[in-house]
Amino acid sequence: MSTFTEFDPYASFRETTEGRVYSVTGGDWDSLSTEIGSTKEERVVVNMGPQHPSTHGVLRLVLELEGETVTETRCGIGYLHTGIEKNTEFRTWTQGVTFVTRMDYLSPLFNETVFCLGVEKLLGITADVPEKATILRVLMMEFNRISSHMVALGTGALELGALSPMIFAFREREKVLDVFEMISGLRMNMAYVRPGGVAQDLPEGGLEKIRETVSQLRKNFKDNEKLLIGNSIWMKRTVGIGYLDLAGCTTLGITGPVLRAAGLPWDLRKAQPYCGYETYQFDVPTTDTCDVYGRFLIRMQELEQSLRIIEQCVDRLEKLSGAPVMVADKKIAWPAQLSIGADGMGNSLAHIREIMGQSMEALIHHFKLVTEGFRVPAGQVYTTIESPRGELGAHIVSDGGTRPYRVHFRDPSFNNLQSTAAMCEGGQIADVIAAVASIDPVMGGVDR
Amino acid sequence: MTKNFEDHDSNNLIPRNDEFGLSKAEQDSKFIADQAPAPLLKQLLGFWVTFKSMFKKVNTVQYPEVKEPTAPRFHGRHQLNRHPDGLEKCIGCELCAWACPADAIYVEGADNKPNENYSPGERYGKVYQINYLRCIFCGLCIEACPTRALTMTNEYELADDQRGKLIFEKEDLLAPLRNGMVKPPHPMYPNTTDENYYRGEVTSAHPSQGTVNND
Repeated sequence: MSTFTEFDPYASFRETTEGRVYSVTGGDWDSLSTEIGSTKEERVVVNMGPQHPSTHGVLRLVLELEGETVTETRCGIGYLHTGIEKNTEFRTWTQGVTFVTRMDYLSPLFNETVFCLGVEKLLGITADVPEKATILRVLMMEFNRISSHMVALGTGALELGALSPMIFAFREREKVLDVFEMISGLRMNMAYVRPGGVAQDLPEGGLEKIRETVSQLRKNFKDNEKLLIGNSIWMKRTVGIGYLDLAGCTTLGITGPVLRAAGLPWDLRKAQPYCGYETYQFDVPTTDTCDVYGRFLIRMQELEQSLRIIEQCVDRLEKLSGAPVMVADKKIAWPAQLSIGADGMGNSLAHIREIMGQSMEALIHHFKLVTEGFRVPAGQVYTTIESPRGELGAHIVSDGGTRPYRVHFRDPSFNNLQSTAAMCEGGQIADVIAAVASIDPVMGGVDR
Repeated sequence: MTKNFEDHDSNNLIPRNDEFGLSKAEQDSKFIADQAPAPLLKQLLGFWVTFKSMFKKVNTVQYPEVKEPTAPRFHGRHQLNRHPDGLEKCIGCELCAWACPADAIYVEGADNKPNENYSPGERYGKVYQINYLRCIFCGLCIEACPTRALTMTNEYELADDQRGKLIFEKEDLLAPLRNGMVKPPHPMYPNTTDENYYRGEVTSAHPSQGTVNND
C-alpha cells in the first residue's frame, strides 16, 4: 500500500478499515478566481481543431497562448484512424491495393505504387513488369502530384484569406480528376495500380485528351502565378513564417517541399530512382528561405516539372500502343480484360469465351487468383517513392502466404507534422495556419 | 521565426559520402533565387486575372438540372445481365463476393430445376445482394465475374435517406427484359449446352422457351 499522505485540497483521503477513502471537495470558487486574476501573465490554452476548417481535416492543435503569441504547440492526432494497415492483413495482395489507396487520399496513386513496387520486389518480378505499365504509373503519379499540389496551394491560400487562388486551383484539379476518370473509371482512390502492372490500358483517344489537358493546365497555372507570386500581401503573410532550417528538417526527419525549401535538393526520383525516373528530364526546385513562401514557390515550380514528365510519358506511350500492361505470368496477373458494352463495363466476351467455353486451365487460374490470390515468398521489403508530401515508404512483410503478414507505411504527412511545434512556437497565432498549410498534412495518411 | 537551430552547422548534417545518391539530385536541382516582391504594375496583373474571369465560360455545372456525362469507364451502379433469350448470366459462383475487399456482396446459389432454368447450366444465383453502404466501387467484382453477369453502369445517383434501401436485391440489379427475351424460368434453347451460351451462339429466344417480350 502506498504511503502517500500528502494533503490534497481536492481529494484528501483517510485510511479506514475498509481501505482508503477519498473525500472529493470542490475548491472555493471565489478563492480560485482571485488566484487566477492575481497572476500577471495571460496564459490561454486553445484547442484548435479537430473541427477547425483550416487544420486540414481532423488535426487538433493544442496551442498555449500569451496574447496572440504562441508559446507552446502540440499536435493531437488519431481522429481519422481507420485501421487500414491492420485490415490489409486480412485481404489478398491484390485487394490490399484498394485499402492502401485510401490512406493519403490526396495522393492515392503514390500509395498504390509504393505498395505494388514492394510486392513486386518480394515476388522478384520487378524486371518483368511491362514497360508500358511503368510509364502509365509514372504518368498517373505525376498527374496525381499536380492534383495534390493543387489542393495544398488552393486550400493554403484560402486559409490565409485569398479566395480566388482556391477557385483556380480546384478548377485545374477537376481537369486532372477527369483524366483519372477517363483512364481508371474513378476520380479518387482508384486502385489502378496492381501488383504486376496496372488495371487497364489507356482508352481510345486517351493520349489526345492527356495532351489537351497538359496544354490547358500549363495555360491555367499562369492565373495563380499572376495572383500570388511576388504579391506583396501574400508575401507579408508567408515570408519568414513557419521557419525551419535544414538542421531542423534533418533532425526531425522532414522530407518533401519543406526540406527542399531549406536548401537540400532531396528528391527520391533523382536520388534513388524507381519506375525509370532516371530516364526522364526534369529539375528539382530548391530554395533556401526555409519559410512558407519558399515552400509555396517550390510547389508552384513542381507543377511545371510534373507537366514536363507527363509530356515525356505521352511521347513514350505513343510508341507502345497495344503493348501489355500486366506481367505475362498467369499465376500473378489479375485475370481481367475489361470491355465496355451496352450493358456497362465488365469482362470482355472474348475472355468469357476462353475461360468458360475453351480452356479449363484458364478457368482454374481465374478462380484460384480471385478466391485465394497468389502466394508471395516469405521475407520483408522496404520501398520508398517521392510523394507530393515527401518520402513515402512501405514496409511489407510476407510469411509466404496469400496475404501480407504486416504492412506498414512511412507516411510523410505523419513525419512532417512533428515539425509543427518547431515552426509555430514563438510566432503569432495567425501564422500557425500558414505554417500548417505549408506542411500540407493529410490526416488520412497521418492516422492510417 | 521560432525555434533556432543556428548553433548547429548545417553543412555537417548532410551525409557527404553520397550513400543515398544526393549528388544525382544536386545535378538537376534548380535554385529559385528570385524571391523579391514583384513591381507594382506586375502585381496589378492579379486584378486583371480576376476581372477577366467575368467574361470566361462558366465552369460550374448546375448539377441536378444539368447532368454531365461520366467517362465511359466510370464505376457506377452494378447490373446483372441476361443472355439474349432472357436467361440470367449469373451462375451463383460467388467469385464477385470473394473478390470484394469490402464484403459488400452476398450471393446464394441454387440448382436449376429441369426445364425451369434461371440460367444456363446447373446453378443460378438465387439470392444476390449488393450492399451500397459498404461498396467502394473498386470494380474487382466485375473483373472477377467469369460470365460477364456483373457489369458496372455509369449510373451514379445512389444516395438515399434510408439505410435499408441501399442494400440492393437481385430484382433491383437485374437488367430489364429487352426485345426478344423471355422471362425466366424457362427451358434452355433447344439442343444447346451452357457452353453454347458462353460462346455467344444463342442470339435470341426460341418459340419453345415461352412467350417473347415485345417491347
